[in-house]
Order: sequence, then structure tokens, then C-alpha cells
Amino acid sequence: MTEDPYEDLKISKGAVVKPRTTLVNKTGSWRSEKPIIDHEKCIACGNCEKFCPDMAVKETEEGKFEIDLEYCKGCGICAEECPVKAIIMEEEEK
Amino acid sequence: MTEDKFKHEEDLFCSGHRACPGCGAALTSKLVTEATGPQTILSMPTGCMEVTTTPYPESAWGISWIHNIFENSAAVAGGIETAYRSFDKRNKEGYMNHEDVNFVVLAGDGATFDIGIRSLSGMMERGHDVLYICYDNEAYMNTGIQRSSSTPIGAATTTSPAGKESFGEDVHKKDMPSIAAAHGLEYVATASVAYPEDFKKKVEKALEIEGPKYIQIFAPCPRGWRHESKNSIEIARLVVETGLYPIFEMENGKITNVKKLKDRKPVEEYLKVQGRFKHLFEKEGGEEVLEELQKIADSNAEKIGIDKE
Repeated sequence: MTEDPYEDLKISKGAVVKPRTTLVNKTGSWRSEKPIIDHEKCIACGNCEKFCPDMAVKETEEGKFEIDLEYCKGCGICAEECPVKAIIMEEEEK
Repeated sequence: MTEDKFKHEEDLFCSGHRACPGCGAALTSKLVTEATGPQTILSMPTGCMEVTTTPYPESAWGISWIHNIFENSAAVAGGIETAYRSFDKRNKEGYMNHEDVNFVVLAGDGATFDIGIRSLSGMMERGHDVLYICYDNEAYMNTGIQRSSSTPIGAATTTSPAGKESFGEDVHKKDMPSIAAAHGLEYVATASVAYPEDFKKKVEKALEIEGPKYIQIFAPCPRGWRHESKNSIEIARLVVETGLYPIFEMENGKITNVKKLKDRKPVEEYLKVQGRFKHLFEKEGGEEVLEELQKIADSNAEKIGIDKE
């Protein structure tokens, strides 16, 4: 009989990582333009939050929408989708 | 960590992922987690979302998430689902009840239309209680914009480039929702990231149904489609408004709900904002492909009934 190749087989458990750990990666540094919300114009419809692919726009406890520039990549979707044009994109300075 | 007024720790899909600015697939991922809630096991094959959300040793996910090779996500999800069925039978401690867990696959079009279609077909045929969601960005974006069988006619990719003779992709997009429906699925739907509430409702509805379900969502790729990142949502809206990507629900093989359009826009409005279709407007002979694309929209309108009377 030949040796059983499965006798001492060790099954790897694979790699397990902790949830939500990409938060260490501050993608705000990618930005070339930054969004600025004019809270006077804002009607708090929430479109900016709804369409943000980076979870960088959030409604704060006061019911205002604010942008977390630590993560905002500056794609400009929020400014484009704002129905009252309350968000402008401003070029980042070096 | 310092106090976080943006409460990122409460998200089920987190910031810091490495998807490009304006990514439709990243937006899809967020919407999926919002609709499924935390009691979800997500199986994900290789693709943009796998690569950008889980660079070792990080993960953007706040739900249980498993990566498997390109062709396997449906089989793995089916296996997990079966394991939970077995845990129930054996009263195994430490595991939730099968009915309290959502078993979901989120895969790109390459993994769905081409590489993973075998395991997807098997999963659907065996009747696993799995919701399969395909984010459709119409090419292999992660590896450098190679055409997939989801790439529409006329689109330039790195393996279907537009050139002296070529007008980009020369065959039609595969009709994946119909293939899924042909497996006898109780629920098949299409969606677009421009209508997030509609998509989330479809996901919630699908999760109520026991057995396999298939949802396909149109997710623009600014890098691969050569458009400005800010236009992602606008493009996802235009594709629906032109009739090129009708969004509907299909129950037991019959279309039961369609997003109707009052004035269907000409396909040019959708095509001209994307670099991948640029040659159709610049090169002689391009108008024939444009006509072909308009015909597709017209035939969709007729077949699926998207025009409002």
C-alpha cells in the first residue's frame, strides 16, 4: 500500500481580517477638488448622502449634512446630484 | 480611535475602500448592505469590489464576508446556506437559525456572465436560498477594461478597441436576466444605481422569497467607460431613460413591474457622454452602430413595454 497523502493533511483556515478596518486608509488624500456645502441653500434632501460611494457624507445630529474630508475622494457626484446646487467643488490647494 | 462624529463604525460598508472616485459598484455595495442589514453572509468572487474592499489585512465590510475564486461565489453561498440548514436540523449551538440569515452573492458581470455562470446555474438549479446580485459595469474593469459578454455593442474596451476597421465590441450583450429566469426563478429583477430606493426595495423583496433570486444592477465605471466621475449617476439614469437598460421585475418568468417612460430619449444622449462610445460619433460608419443601438432600445421598449401611452 502506498502512503495515504491525506493522513497528515492540514487544512488552512485561510486569512481572517477584522471588519471595518479600511477606515485606517484616509482616502481624502486622493482628492483634487473638494465639495463645500452651502447650508443656507441646502434643503436637507439627503441626495448627497444617498449617492456617495465613499460613505463620506453623513447627516449629523442637528439634521445637517456634512462631508468627512478624511475620506471624500472628490468625485463630485454630490454636487452634481444636488437639486438646489448647494454644493460647489473647489480646487484643492497644494 | 478618536471620537467619530460621522459614525463610520456604524456602517456595514465602510469608507477607506480603494474603489475609484465615483464608482458605481462601491455605491452598489453600500446599497446592498443597507438593504440586507447586519445578519447577512456575503459571498464575493474576484473582481473590483473584492480587490478594493479587502486589501489584506483590511476589510471595508461590517457584515460577514467571504472571498472565493472567480468562478465559485454562487457555489460557496449555496454551501453556506446548506450548512445553516444542517445546523438547524442538528440544533447546533452557536449558529443563528437559517431563516434569520440572508445568504447573498455580490459579483461583477465578468464573474456572473462569463466565469461564474456554471456555478450560478448550478446554484439556481439546485434551488438554494441565495440572492445573487450582479453589479454590471459591462467589462472586466479590475484587470484593465477587457470586454466581457456583458459589454454592449459599439463599446471600446482594451480587447475590443475601436480602430481603423473596428467599431469596438461587435456582438450583443448577453441577456442574463432571461437566462436566470429560464431556470424557473421566482424572482428576477434589474435596477440602476441612479434609483437607489428602487434597488433596495427589490433586494428586500427578494430576501422575503425562499429559493434562488437574481438581481442585476447597472453600475457605471468612470475609469473604464471614460467619463467624469461626477457623471456616474447621470449616466445610470440616462441608460434607463433611453430604454437601453430597462429596469423591471420578473416573477415566475413574467414581467410584473416595469419603470415606464414618458418621453424615451434618443440613445445618443446616453452614449455621447462616454469615451467608450466616442468613435461612434467621430468615425465614418459609426452611425450604423448608433442605429443598431437605437434598435435595441426600441425593441426593449416593445418587448418589455417601457413606453407610457
